[in-house]
Amino acid sequence: MNAVKNILNVLVSVAGVLLVWLTLTTWTGIIEPNRFPNPMEFWVSLKQIALQGYGNGKLHQHILQSVILVTTSFLVASTAGVTLGLLMGASRRIEAFVNPVFLTLRPIPPLAWIPLAIVWLGLDNSAKVMVIFVAAFVPSVINSYAAVRSIETPILEASAMLGIRRWLHWKEVLIPASLPLIFTGLRLSLQASWTTLVAAELIGALLGLGSILNQAAQDIYPAMILVGMFSVAVCGWLMTVLLGLIERSAMPWRATP
Amino acid sequence: MEGYAINSLHELSRRQWLVLTLLGASAFIGLWYFLAFIGVTPQKFLPTPLDVVQRFFTLSTEPFVGMTLFGHLASSFHRFLSGFGLAVAIGVPLGLLMATSKVVDRIVTPLFESIRFVAPIAWIPFAALWFGTGMGGPVLIIFMGAFPPVLINTYRGSKYVDVKYLEAAWTLGASRFRVMTEVLMPAAVPSIVAGLRVSAGLGWQSLVGAELIAASSGVGYMMVKGQQSIDTSTVMSGMLAIGIVGLLIDILLRKIQERVSQR
Repeated sequence: MNAVKNILNVLVSVAGVLLVWLTLTTWTGIIEPNRFPNPMEFWVSLKQIALQGYGNGKLHQHILQSVILVTTSFLVASTAGVTLGLLMGASRRIEAFVNPVFLTLRPIPPLAWIPLAIVWLGLDNSAKVMVIFVAAFVPSVINSYAAVRSIETPILEASAMLGIRRWLHWKEVLIPASLPLIFTGLRLSLQASWTTLVAAELIGALLGLGSILNQAAQDIYPAMILVGMFSVAVCGWLMTVLLGLIERSAMPWRATP
Repeated sequence: MEGYAINSLHELSRRQWLVLTLLGASAFIGLWYFLAFIGVTPQKFLPTPLDVVQRFFTLSTEPFVGMTLFGHLASSFHRFLSGFGLAVAIGVPLGLLMATSKVVDRIVTPLFESIRFVAPIAWIPFAALWFGTGMGGPVLIIFMGAFPPVLINTYRGSKYVDVKYLEAAWTLGASRFRVMTEVLMPAAVPSIVAGLRVSAGLGWQSLVGAELIAASSGVGYMMVKGQQSIDTSTVMSGMLAIGIVGLLIDILLRKIQERVSQR
């Protein structure tokens, strides 16, 4: 019953958004067509890029390029980030050693690394991997570090008193107790990676969702700009949902909200 | 071996901490110098740390692409304040209104949700189309970055207000405006300020992105020009400046947050 109600709610909302959009563009013309496309133009452009292609590729090629690039770099960066964060959380020595570098690099927003990545690696995939890496790394480290530090001392004391072995201590105590916050970090990392990749592709790329935006902006093609934005939003949303599913299956002991 | 789990969490002595921190910092700088000196890449790609610091100070006194570093920073900051101010000026009242009126909530939520998942940076083409290279473009991008946290936190903060207070206010005949400003707003302030911190961070970062693409002044623009002439030390100086200003904004808001939550 609840699911039906939810779906109905979503349908009503979508209809509402469409209605507002139609009213502002096609019916009253409050927004001029050269400023923002109407739903019909949007549909035509969507068909055009899906079937004939636009800006060096069809829609699915652009999507695959961006999504594969972001997923692989995100996986590598967050694995490294979570590992470092857990180590920093578990050992004050490692924390003291790494902190000066980490605290210096942390306030630099991921987008600010793009010019440096282009100077070093040019406009191809490796530059994008570098900026996604930076974007995904920092939130993973911060949250996994905080996760270990927020484990209550009695739990650690109990496991130590029972003479647990080192790797079991990690596998059975530290990591499971840290998972909720680790996933918070992963979600932030994923969002940051996605934004950064789109920005990097906007600045220079042959293929990818950001390159659609760039091409459409140069061609002054509002409907295609909107198609690009729409694809960016849908892919970002789908990846977040997927991560949420993984999160739920990784922590079966948590009550699902 | 036994009891290591507890040992590893023991506080380090001040000396140990200092030694390890210094070691970490010097390892980083040392590695950087090493890579720069053995010449894996030409010096213009990897300047030494000293080169970057020197460049930072020359940029502060000599103009580069039209302005000194502080000129660019001032121009960026001006844009940031406009976009951030706009986000607060619209986000806070709208959040309060959504908390008091089901109708507004029902209308705004779907629009907001459909826009929220668009990365702020993806608005750049429309920003360029609507505003050219003028002031409006970057302000729109910052707004798109800073607006969602302000709205969400205001809304959530007001929703957590005890219903009793609201009912009391309504039955005593308070107007919607008074409920918003005198009941919800004071109660939601801690949540709002927490939202401001998040949105200032996102806004500052979106601004940098916007300036990389559509601007003719500002730190981001300076970095792009540095990138185009393969002037790595200028790019790194820009990163340094962005990091410092971002940090200062965050510290300022954190102080405000502490002050607010103490009341």
